[in-house]
Amino acid sequence: MGMQAFLDIFDIYLLEAVINGILLGGVLALLALGLNLIFGVIDVTWICYAELVMIGMYAMYFMVQYYGISYFVAAPLTILLVAVLGAALHYLVIAPLLTAPPINQLLATGGVLFVLQSFATVAFGIDFRNLGIRLPVLAFGDMNFSYARLLSFLAALVGMVAVYLFMTRTFTGTAIRAISQDRQIMALMGVDTRRIYLITSALGGALAGLAACLLVLQYDVHPFVGLSFGPITFLICVLGGLGNFIGGFIAAFVFAEIISLGGLFSDLEWGYVLAFAFFIVMMFIRPAGLLARRR
Amino acid sequence: MMGQGRLAAWGIGLAALVALPFVYRDPYHLHILVLILIWSFAYTSWSMMGRFGLVSLGHGGFMGIGAYVTALLWNHLGWSPWIGIPVGMVAAGALALIVGYPCFRFRITGHYFVLVTLALSGIVLQVITATRDYTGGSLGYTPNRTSGNKLLALQFDDKITWYLIALGVWLFGIVVWHWVDRSMARYALEAISEDEDAAAAAGVDVTAEKLKITLLSAVMTALAGAIYCQYQMFITPDTVSGIAVSLQMVFAAIVGGLFVSLGPTFGAVITILLAETLRIGFGTKAVGWDNLVYGVLLVLFIIFLPKGILGSVLDRLKPQRKVPRAHEQEAVQIARPGT
Repeated sequence: MGMQAFLDIFDIYLLEAVINGILLGGVLALLALGLNLIFGVIDVTWICYAELVMIGMYAMYFMVQYYGISYFVAAPLTILLVAVLGAALHYLVIAPLLTAPPINQLLATGGVLFVLQSFATVAFGIDFRNLGIRLPVLAFGDMNFSYARLLSFLAALVGMVAVYLFMTRTFTGTAIRAISQDRQIMALMGVDTRRIYLITSALGGALAGLAACLLVLQYDVHPFVGLSFGPITFLICVLGGLGNFIGGFIAAFVFAEIISLGGLFSDLEWGYVLAFAFFIVMMFIRPAGLLARRR
Repeated sequence: MMGQGRLAAWGIGLAALVALPFVYRDPYHLHILVLILIWSFAYTSWSMMGRFGLVSLGHGGFMGIGAYVTALLWNHLGWSPWIGIPVGMVAAGALALIVGYPCFRFRITGHYFVLVTLALSGIVLQVITATRDYTGGSLGYTPNRTSGNKLLALQFDDKITWYLIALGVWLFGIVVWHWVDRSMARYALEAISEDEDAAAAAGVDVTAEKLKITLLSAVMTALAGAIYCQYQMFITPDTVSGIAVSLQMVFAAIVGGLFVSLGPTFGAVITILLAETLRIGFGTKAVGWDNLVYGVLLVLFIIFLPKGILGSVLDRLKPQRKVPRAHEQEAVQIARPGT
């Protein structure tokens, strides 16, 4: 056992952590994309975004585990359900507040966070539940990767490409992008902003639904599960520049690596603490986000 | 500018509050009153900066620091809370300055400010959980019972003493609120909350004014955390720290009314009584119901009654009191980012 042997082991773990970080980054990027979409187009931050994911995870749990529906049938249904929830959130809470100060919209979604969390507590109890699907672990040399993570990463990529195609290849997608550039002018150009807002909210919900289908493969569901990845999603969006899709994508992987590598050297919480500390330092250096041009 | 009548009303109200525990001794009701007073103080501390559009979701962090620093110094180093509490307050103040300075210097406002402060309470919660060898992690932490001088350890068994302490701390919060309300800083901060650039052009040192009120608010919140810890003798990261506690402060302050001195107190009375009523009404099934009602109320309040219950009622009573300031038209107004 010399120094060399120690370094070999160390490197394998390091590489494993790096790759696991990339895989984690895929799902985080998906979450950040949904939140950025809502912010970029409607100029609202859904504080309760992760709670929508939580509801989606419960939907998956009940359909697959309780009613015995196949995972691949349940997934589209869940995505649809959360998309409807997203649209309802916009229609019931955000739309009446569109002219209110932005902070009121943010706090109202904070209220929705309480509602969804406690609804889950009341309806489903505080037990941890899981799908009971145990996907195999992929061994690659000395490294082990969870099959679920790999699958999530790929599905997240597919989801993001689909959103990209929708935004660039369809009329509605073009209208959404145009609105995010100039809110006032597009209404004058004959675009029904209310319809576009609803569609955007449904799309944001659908992305939360997709994330739910993927996260439920790796994590147990409980009413407070949103708190374990919600804050990190906000930080990613702010670091990337709120509403900046590419910035959010890059920031997701930066954060995932920090969490994964930080977790390698110490407990997972310290990974999160490191990520938070990194975020605060970055706020000093680049207050408007990673990709912001210097003014 | 307080009229003779109002001063007299305050005097009589206070005398009644001080006399209360000597006349009425039901321990459960006194316990609820102590909780209401401590949380009222915390909510008042939050609203000190919240009323000027500085919406912080980081106050859970400050409260957690106050509670945990006091308890840790007592258990591990044997430092009396009389020293521990000021140390905790200084620690929270230092953190407020470290996070606040760049935020205000670089004009981080609106969504960005909210999310940065959200990260702050997230950090504090994770640090408390991660250092579980010292803090007990998410299982909670109990300050050691003293066998010596109770006054030195700030541990009292009877509810009346705690009621009087909580009343004093709460009154201190209200006095500070009025002190700020009547100071020049208020006018500077109101100008900042309406238009930062215009305020700066008019000679207001925006960064310094914001830092001062943030420091004051954070230090007071830490004191609330420490007092809560000494009273309950049990703290967990979830009850004194984190995002849920921060949201709870925002919620109570908004329900009660941000722009009147007793608004946050009123918010605390409503929320705590509501939670207790639901807890008793639903028994063990109550888990979750109180927050469900909270959440629905919060959304409804922001949509329909953004000035809070007490604020709206006072407006109704005195319609011609004064021309409402522009920023009071809405619950909270912030400078939009990028302008």
